[in-house]
Parts: sequence; C-alpha cells; structure tokens
Amino acid sequence: MGNLKTTEKKSKAQSMGMHTEVLTGRTQQKFFNPDEAENFYYFGTYDVDFNKRTDLDVLNMSAPEANKEIDNLMSQGYGTIVIKNPQGKHSLGVGILNKLNLIFEGSLGYFGMGSCDGPIVRINGRVGWSCAENLMAGKVVIEKNAGSCFGAAIRGGDLICKGSVGARTGIDMKGGTIIIGGDAGAFTGFMMQRGRIIILGDVGINLGDSMYDGTIFVGGEIGSYGSDAVDSELTSSDQDWLRRKLKVAEIGENFDLSKMKKIVAGKKLWNYDNLEPTEKKGAI
Amino acid sequence: MPKKKTKKIKSKSKPKKEKKLKLGTFKETAREKLIGQHIGYRYDVNLLPDYKKITPFLKKYIEAMGWDDLNWLEDVHMGYEEDRPAVFCRNANGWVTIPKSIKLPNNQQDRDMIARELLVKFQMSPKHPLVDLKKAYLKF
Repeated sequence: MGNLKTTEKKSKAQSMGMHTEVLTGRTQQKFFNPDEAENFYYFGTYDVDFNKRTDLDVLNMSAPEANKEIDNLMSQGYGTIVIKNPQGKHSLGVGILNKLNLIFEGSLGYFGMGSCDGPIVRINGRVGWSCAENLMAGKVVIEKNAGSCFGAAIRGGDLICKGSVGARTGIDMKGGTIIIGGDAGAFTGFMMQRGRIIILGDVGINLGDSMYDGTIFVGGEIGSYGSDAVDSELTSSDQDWLRRKLKVAEIGENFDLSKMKKIVAGKKLWNYDNLEPTEKKGAI
Repeated sequence: MPKKKTKKIKSKSKPKKEKKLKLGTFKETAREKLIGQHIGYRYDVNLLPDYKKITPFLKKYIEAMGWDDLNWLEDVHMGYEEDRPAVFCRNANGWVTIPKSIKLPNNQQDRDMIARELLVKFQMSPKHPLVDLKKAYLKF
C-alpha cells in the first residue's frame, strides 16, 4: 500500500508502466525444434492441389466478394483458379497467403495482388497503380503494361512485367526481384533498401534516388542517376543470376547481358546523422 | 590553517555508458573510417545465392510451392544478433538465433542456405509467434 499515494497521481496507463517500459531491444523467446516434421506451409493455410482447376466469373461481383470467393475455392482444395471478366476492378486478389496458381483473363485496376505471400499469378492484361504492393513471396507475371508504383515496398518474390511500367517502380522495396521487359519511368528504385530491379529497356530520370542498398540492372539508356546511385562492375555471378532470372520471367532470351549496367547505392546516406555537414551536402 | 574537510557527494545513480565499439580496436571498413562510426550488420545484403549449395529441404520447399528458384529466400542471409549467429524473421520482426548444436561452415553461401532452411522451418512451425496472434485476431 506504500505506493498508493503515488499511484493515485498517475494515469491508468502510467500505473501500468506503459510510459516507463523500455520497448527497444526486447527479446521474445520462442523455442522450436529444427527437426520437427517437414512442413512447407504456414499454419492454418489450405491444402490445395494445382491439378484441381476451376473458373470464377467476377463480372457481377465486387472486389471483396470476388476475394472471398477465391478464399472459399482454396478452402475446397482448388489449386488453379481462372478469374474471368476482371474488367479493371481494383484490389482484386489481395491478401492471398497460400500456395495457389491464379490466372486473370483480363486487366486489373489499382492495388491488384497486394499483400500476397506465395501464389503464382498470371495477368493476361494490364494493371493499374501499385500492383503487387507488399508482395512477400511468389511470382506475379503481367503480360502487358503496368502503372506507377509497380511493386511498391515488396519484400520478396518475383514481380514481372513484360511491357513497360510507370514512375516510382520498386519504391521503398525491401527485397525480391522486379523484372521489366520494356521501359520504366522516373524515380525507379526510389528509396529502395534491398532487392533487385532488372529493366531491359530504357529508364527515366532519377534512377535509384536515395537508395540505401539493393541493385538495379539496366539494359537500355538511363535518363539520369538519382542521389547516391552509382555505377558498379557487372560480375560473372551477376550475369549467371540475370540469365536464370530472365528464364524464370520468360523474357529477354536473346538479350546481351554483358551490356547491362549495374547500379548500386553509394552508401553516402548511411548513418546519416553522424555525417559531417559537408558530406551531408554532397549526399542530398 | 586546519584543513577543511570536504564531503564527497555520491551521486545516487550514474548514467549508464553506452556500449560503443571504438574505432581502431577492430578491423573497420573504409566506410566506417570515413564516417567515424561502427556500421551495424556484418554481411553483404546483396550477395546472390549459389544454387550449387542448395539443401535437399530447400529443393523440396521450392517444388512444393511450384516456384522456379529460391524466390523470397534469395534475400535471406545468416546474420548476427548479440554476437550469436541468427537469421531475421520478417514475419515476427525479430532475430531467430541458430541452435548451438548446429555447426556452421566457414563459408557465407553455405551459412546462408542453413539460415534459409531454418527460417522456413521456423515460419512454418506451429510454435511461430504469428500462430497465437492469428488465433486471437483473425477476422476472416
């Protein structure tokens, strides 16, 4: 009861220690055995079969209705789903955290295939802004062109556009690979922190602006370099990797990889706070 | 003149010194020398995987998912947390330390493959932290 006087003055949140609790450097200990039974899927996901195929016509469905129906079909074990008449609807196919083979017969609107983790997707048309935003794993192939912010903030997986893409492709990406068969717009790789972008065509101004890490490969002309984006030497290991990735993407079969330019971060933006003022000036 | 006694005032709580690696006491990179401070991580985040080193478990995982290559695992590397080898789990937003029983090879490519295998096993385990969160908060 000795602390009663002091606790009275505190708010409920303060007396619970929420204002003094150290939130940094906390360790959560979870023990697991690396020799547990082999399991390749997240806990609670559906066991689907790629050979079990069905069609879904979304002409008269809203995006949430269509997404729920995809989830329902996966729960029935369908591993290959063909979506008919997507008609440029926004936010189709979002939040799929499952192994799945998904085919769209048509084009998608904004935020298609956002926040997915695992599926293989083929879109036989165009896509709007922010396609496959926050992709964690899997493969998304777009047969035609894509809008701006293509693959914004992706963390993993392969995102392929066989045509051209708009501005800010791969903005803030933290992993994964973006492959573009055509041209890319301005600020491609803006603030990217990790991952790789391959552009077989030309790219607009400010390529890799403020990039912290990651790699950009360009086959065509570069409009201009962004802040802290610098050239690097293309190694034989890079060429081997590029050859394999383009095979995965089904593009650029006869592309001369030795002519590719490799752009990386100059790392002048690292540890920004402690840089000398003169160095800051150079980095901005 | 008698000497005046001066009382030493003990400070009740000393501010804790921040543990910093002093430049010059370890092998710095050129960048560290330039900016005068220690840079956190100790591995090349852009290192491309060597597919000759792939483990049988990872091969099975790729097959099961229907992918052509390591996919998202290309970005997974063996790092270090509190001087222990560890792999970063992006789903739990924390480092998963490698069990002491596992002997690590003297090669980053081999170490990365071990890190990838362990990370898949950890993420797919029913003991992963997200399993509890999913049970508590899943809406649909």
